[in-house]
Amino acid sequence: MALDVLSELVAAACIGASGVPALLLRRGSPAGQRAACALVLLGSLAGAIGLAIHVSATEPASLFARAWALPIGRFAVGMDGLTALFLLPILGIAALGSIYGLGYWRAAEHPSAARVELCWGLINAAMIGVVLARDALLFLVAWEAMALAAFFLICAEEDRVEVRRAGWVYLVATHAGTLCLIGCFALLRLASGSFELWPSLARELPAGIAAGAFVLGVVGFGMKAGIVPLHVWLPGAHANAPSHVSALLSGVLLKTGVYGIVRVCALLPHPPLWWGGTLLALGGLSAVLGIAFAVAQQELKRVLAYSSIENVGIVILGLGLACGGRALGRSDWVVLGLAGALLHVLNHALFKPLLFLAAGSVLHATATRELSRLGGLARSMPRTFGLFCVGAVAICGLPPLNGFVSEFAIYLGLFRTAALGAGASWVWAALAAPVLAMTGALALGAFVKLGGVAFAGSPRSPAAEGAHDPGLCMLGPMGLLAAACLVLGVQPGLAEGWLWRAVVAWEPGLSGSASRLSELAPLASISQASLLLLVASVAGGALAVRRSARAPRRATWDCGYASPSPRMQYTAASFSELLASLFDWALWPRTVGPRLRGLFPAATRFETRVPDTILDRGVLPLLSWLDRGLSRARALQRGPVQVYLLYVLGALIGALALGR
Amino acid sequence: MTGSVEIESVLVHFLLLLGLPPLLLGVIQKTKAWCGGRTGAPLLQPYYDLLRLFRKEMVLSTTTSWVFRAAPVVGVVSIALAGALTPFGAAQAPLRFGGDLVLFAYLFALARFFLTAAALDTGSSFEGMGAAREVTFACLAEPALFLAFVVLIRLSGSLSLTPMLQAPIVHDFHGLPTASLWLVAVGLFVVLLAENSRVPVDDPNTHLELTMIHEVMVLDHSGPDLAFVVYGAALKLWIFGALLVGLVVPMRTGNPLANAAIFFAGMLAVSVAVGIVESSMARLRLVRVPKLLVGAISLAVVALVLVLV
Repeated sequence: MALDVLSELVAAACIGASGVPALLLRRGSPAGQRAACALVLLGSLAGAIGLAIHVSATEPASLFARAWALPIGRFAVGMDGLTALFLLPILGIAALGSIYGLGYWRAAEHPSAARVELCWGLINAAMIGVVLARDALLFLVAWEAMALAAFFLICAEEDRVEVRRAGWVYLVATHAGTLCLIGCFALLRLASGSFELWPSLARELPAGIAAGAFVLGVVGFGMKAGIVPLHVWLPGAHANAPSHVSALLSGVLLKTGVYGIVRVCALLPHPPLWWGGTLLALGGLSAVLGIAFAVAQQELKRVLAYSSIENVGIVILGLGLACGGRALGRSDWVVLGLAGALLHVLNHALFKPLLFLAAGSVLHATATRELSRLGGLARSMPRTFGLFCVGAVAICGLPPLNGFVSEFAIYLGLFRTAALGAGASWVWAALAAPVLAMTGALALGAFVKLGGVAFAGSPRSPAAEGAHDPGLCMLGPMGLLAAACLVLGVQPGLAEGWLWRAVVAWEPGLSGSASRLSELAPLASISQASLLLLVASVAGGALAVRRSARAPRRATWDCGYASPSPRMQYTAASFSELLASLFDWALWPRTVGPRLRGLFPAATRFETRVPDTILDRGVLPLLSWLDRGLSRARALQRGPVQVYLLYVLGALIGALALGR
Repeated sequence: MTGSVEIESVLVHFLLLLGLPPLLLGVIQKTKAWCGGRTGAPLLQPYYDLLRLFRKEMVLSTTTSWVFRAAPVVGVVSIALAGALTPFGAAQAPLRFGGDLVLFAYLFALARFFLTAAALDTGSSFEGMGAAREVTFACLAEPALFLAFVVLIRLSGSLSLTPMLQAPIVHDFHGLPTASLWLVAVGLFVVLLAENSRVPVDDPNTHLELTMIHEVMVLDHSGPDLAFVVYGAALKLWIFGALLVGLVVPMRTGNPLANAAIFFAGMLAVSVAVGIVESSMARLRLVRVPKLLVGAISLAVVALVLVLV
């Protein structure tokens, strides 16, 4: 009996049904919301029990399969190391986000609360289904349920026009991705003869089929994961959803795309080298461009959204290294690349939700997400600021927090290729290391800007002046996430078992050997250094703060100017101007600048914005051009049902004629 | 027995690391004074300055939060930890493990994170300007540093700073990789100038906000806080100097005293070189600084290509 799988199914059922009680109760009653939260927590507990059973079992993988009434496929769900690893963030963020939602999206204030609860349950249940599914049809059903639930969550505030726009862009993008996945699964069926997931295509395959499945899989899953240039839906959706939903989208939903790519890469026992090279290049591109766009944004949540693209890029970069190692039979690259990538998946599922929840608290307190209207929150929201700082240090990959450990593992893998690699392959990996370094430096710029402009300095608007920390049910989940960032940073060994099981599930050739992760990556040394750094800097910092508590206070020394005003502070746009100018070639900032003529020019205004290059200058113009070009095809769409019935008949006859 | 030797060498390492850096600042000042035809301040002047700052009262801005006060100390702590990873000459670093060079670079990033955040904490646009420039130029200095690391890793086959800088091949200035080593050394010298805010990237002597990076960022720090900032900057200069000396100067006499003498001579030479650069050229215009750093990246790339051949 696959007890672990069954408890995950119980968890999915419990979480999936969590929004139902709210539908039966009076609209706006808090009882429904509490019941939903309780059910989600119960489900997460069941899921955690399932994970515990899975971890303690001797069998590395389990399967639960039954025939079902659908015409093709069967109901097959299973667990292995990879599934277990991806279940961790799903279960965790479902529970914490649900608690946060009690304070953030109160049923009494938001008429859409019941819908948000329902979809929150559905999307989490669907994501559990996605990682459990061992049958292509079941996978697609779960995938589609997840996509639709996400659409309704993004559109929670549908009365705002940018929310609706973000929702539609997301819906189109996700279906384009699903289309690619259908193609990918069809090719797999052609190659393996069944809809079973995830097949290992050991027998000799025509290279075309494997390549086709890989490309379609990467495009389809990459659309969800937000790899540049497939990220078009991501910034708008993440910025416009309610903050706990943004946390879920960014921390967990993107990871289902990563999960798919990880699985696709394991299809062939010895994938061609270009698979790894492609992923390495895509990852590097996503990381640098994602964070460059993040630097240039002027909205709190848009910065965070673009930084998700960067983090997914880092994950894909690590995966590319692992894939290359698999092609060349280098197990150390596989272990370091994949373990680094998967650890980064876990880490990003901790600090990004933390940052989105902190942003949500800011939004809750000030009702604005414009950085140019914030400022000075460090003193009015000290707890939120402290938690935000933890998240910012972690996401920049700085020691002593968890972000450093995963980037360290990936660096180590890249450097090992540089030290020991032969042929031309090592140069690719060697060039990825400076790209990762640049990404880190840019991330630091983006998050110093975010923290510095939103929290430091003095308030730029009355809304920011009256801000206050949120209540315990919003601070609590953030505190837990921050604590997890700290623990994983100082004790990365805790994740080692999970990572190793996932690595073995991905590359069965490594099974039998004991965990080689600690042997390849000096986790113990990292842990010592991090602990030393943490203790010394916290103690030193606390001493410095205490010592200066009674220091005299004066206005900021502005080179002699005696009455600085909040408007004179450096803004988000001015902070990022120089940094973004390094990436002018990709960002194409749109400036509306005055032309000053004459000695006494009239009053004028200057404006600069950074639209998404791919979406606003590529995809949307292309689609509207297509729309114009295809307008004649609208003649087919006349309205009468009879005509459509005729089309159906024609299509049927055509299909029969072709299929004969 | 080895344990006590180990403890002694760790003690000596930290004494050097924590005690000598201000002297480098003194040497640079003295060099600049000589080049300018002046007698200049005594070599130990930076120590006197630090002592005086430590005894002074501190004034805080009303807009600042705890970040502003914690930043100088966190900066010194993280830079000192980076110093524990760096070998001084032929002696081993107290902390060393495979991949410690990543931690090395990221510890400086942690210090930068807190110093720039503290600059924004004051709400002054001058300091904001300095912080923006600091993070921008780091985006180009970091890839240059990592490219240099990649070349050195390839040449030495080691992922840890101590064995990497002490590998025989790295000091083989007559063998095939000579040219790449020199290119890497020049690239690292540019990174040293940029990371330590020296001419031609930044001018440590003026407080004019339009020309400044590091100095303008710490305008509001005073008293002991300022002392920590200055001290941290000196530590950073010492560590980068040790990196460069370890790379360029072979220390294989076998005699620890002779090795130490060569190391100190090398450190002296680095600070004199910084002083000479500072006396002989003007600060670059701000828009040109990225070009200098891209130049350092290109040098490292060429070095990488040469390693390939």
